Amino acid sequence: MTTSYVIKGAVLPHGAKSDIAIADGLITQMAPDLNIPGATVVNAANAIVLPGLVDLHTHLREPGKEDAETVLSGSQAGVRGGYVALSAMANTSPVADTAGVVEQVFRLGQIAGLLDVFPIGAVTKGLEGLELAEIGAMADSAARVRVFSDDGHCVFDPLVMRRALEYVKKFDGVIAQHAQEPRLTQGSQMNEGFVSSQLGLKGWPAIAEEAIIARDVLLADHVQARLHICHLTTAGGVEIIRWAKQRGIQVTAEVTPHHLLLTDELARSYDPVYKVNPPLRTESDVMALREALADGTIDIVATDHAPHPAESKECEWQEASFGMLGLETALSIINKTMVETKLMDWSGVAERMSITPARIARYENHGREIAVGAPANLTVMNPTKTYRVDRDLVASRSRNTPFHGMELPGVVLATFFNGKLSFESKQP
Amino acid sequence: MRHLLSIADLSATQAIQILDTAEELSRVSDGPMKKLPTLRGRTIVNLFAEDSTRTRISFEAAAKRLSADVINFSAKGSSVSKGESLKDTAQTLQAMGADAVIIRHSASGAAQRLADSQWMTGSVINAGDGTHEHPSQALLDAFTIRKNLVRGGNDLTGIRVAIVGDIIHSRVARSNVLLLTKLGAHVTLVAPPTLLPAGVESWPVTVAYDFDSVIADVDVVMMLRIQLERMSEMFFPNVREYSHYFGLNRDRLKMMRPNAIVMHPGPMNRGLEITADSADSARSVILQQVTNGVTVRMAILYLLLAGSQESGAQV
Repeated sequence: MTTSYVIKGAVLPHGAKSDIAIADGLITQMAPDLNIPGATVVNAANAIVLPGLVDLHTHLREPGKEDAETVLSGSQAGVRGGYVALSAMANTSPVADTAGVVEQVFRLGQIAGLLDVFPIGAVTKGLEGLELAEIGAMADSAARVRVFSDDGHCVFDPLVMRRALEYVKKFDGVIAQHAQEPRLTQGSQMNEGFVSSQLGLKGWPAIAEEAIIARDVLLADHVQARLHICHLTTAGGVEIIRWAKQRGIQVTAEVTPHHLLLTDELARSYDPVYKVNPPLRTESDVMALREALADGTIDIVATDHAPHPAESKECEWQEASFGMLGLETALSIINKTMVETKLMDWSGVAERMSITPARIARYENHGREIAVGAPANLTVMNPTKTYRVDRDLVASRSRNTPFHGMELPGVVLATFFNGKLSFESKQP
Repeated sequence: MRHLLSIADLSATQAIQILDTAEELSRVSDGPMKKLPTLRGRTIVNLFAEDSTRTRISFEAAAKRLSADVINFSAKGSSVSKGESLKDTAQTLQAMGADAVIIRHSASGAAQRLADSQWMTGSVINAGDGTHEHPSQALLDAFTIRKNLVRGGNDLTGIRVAIVGDIIHSRVARSNVLLLTKLGAHVTLVAPPTLLPAGVESWPVTVAYDFDSVIADVDVVMMLRIQLERMSEMFFPNVREYSHYFGLNRDRLKMMRPNAIVMHPGPMNRGLEITADSADSARSVILQQVTNGVTVRMAILYLLLAGSQESGAQV
């Protein structure tokens, strides 16, 4: 028999208190005051227990950029952030556009063994936007890919996008679009607006995101396929998604923690740690995104965890790479921006960070209600305890967190993956 | 103040102090003995990671007139163009004992990156960063305007300035808008809508698309250079059409107020944004700008570096 655990004193997402017993990978009992002889006790007084977090948008950089992150180091960052499943984006080197590469990433995830690593397949060969990648072979591979994305690049050609949306219906897949009109964003560095006008950095206009979202929801409607919009950042984009959902179009959308907290004002430092694609927007966009996440227009939180080595950020803004770390801080930022502001409760957090992402990606063992018989994939966090983000102490191989030095509320105490304790906080 | 990175960092008082200091230094420049011993033994590096002969020699002349040792580090054939990072370059200059680095760079914010990093400890002077700012140019422009048009005052209150042309890509325009309005001038930007940045409506300026409706009402017409290499981005249909609507020519020169002056930061595209007769007319103060550039830059170096060993330099 494997190790058994009992989580003592935890509060469930909807507010009820219950101890949770875990054995053989499953939740075996739930009741107040459980005493299981031989079980390891995890003290969760004052803590919330969530169904284990699922990220639909992670850059693990392996194969190809192991100096920035590996599947193992990304997994370590994930469990520290309370994640039990990550979705590895396809922009590796080589690109994850064949069954061979997605199986390699999937296997590396299994070897790391801390959480599930589900590869996302490229929509087009080499992310070039010209020809479809081996979508069927990736879906049928051992990695059973269901989410396809050229993230980092927009699937710009409307015919390619239409074909991709149609093709993945064969196995109930979904296309995750990085919505960025390429001609309107050539050389773009940051949000186009007052701040960019002052800084002399080339603007990335909101319309470049919204134009693609509008086109793609219409395409998804036309071919009756599932569309997922990556990292929504604009108030206008929210309006289009809201409209599409009212029409019954099968569209889902994600928002990143950084777009819920940070604005383009930070670019005034010219510190590329704030350079990200899509860019940090304005305060009014941030507020619109929070409201949309609260009312369900935006379905999920996804990290867009994007590690970069130091030299990619220790340079001029325009030379720097786009992207920021996200896995280790996501839950506390959602706590700060959504829960502490009373926009969302913990069952909302469970929906947006576990249940719905698992449903969109068809990750069957994840995103389950916390109940006897369910796989023991759980995140235990103390929402009132705060910590100071320190880029030198992250589990990730990279240090490009924009939250360095911030005091954030919510410390992950423990993460359970398939009944095993994949992470336990060393702090008392 | 240790650095000069952006006009936004200067108060009006500090800016006027620079202009007043330049005024005093110009008396030295006009005299028979042009050199002062103020910065003897100090090392100033001209780090030019982008072509700009004029600004480089202007700073070089300014530094030499203050007796500083000047090292020119230009990008052509140097490490910056070979892919060495700004960080490595800065650390190298630091290791060589540079007291100040004058940086010209194609990346907006490069000067601020240098100043905010721990890569070097000397003063950083922004000699033009991408499409962001060119503070010494704005200071020499303000100095030139003051000298020509202001009687009995030390700021630019009441002066009306039109800045004409490629605003969106112009660091000269950004620095001038900040400085001239800070000193009390009223600035009108004249450009086709394509060459104005999104967000310009929040700048402290008036915006006009019609040069002819503006030119008769201003004291200063500041023409900006059009960069022909940007033509592929379709900011306007062709050069002739641009010149027709936004160029300074003989007809427009006639519309100007009696004492109004013509400025251009150089280098000019004669026949494109400015005709030769406009550039060479009696209204043109373009060569004065060049002369004043040296004294204003002397003032900047003087205020940033003289005495900084003890007190951390005050501007």
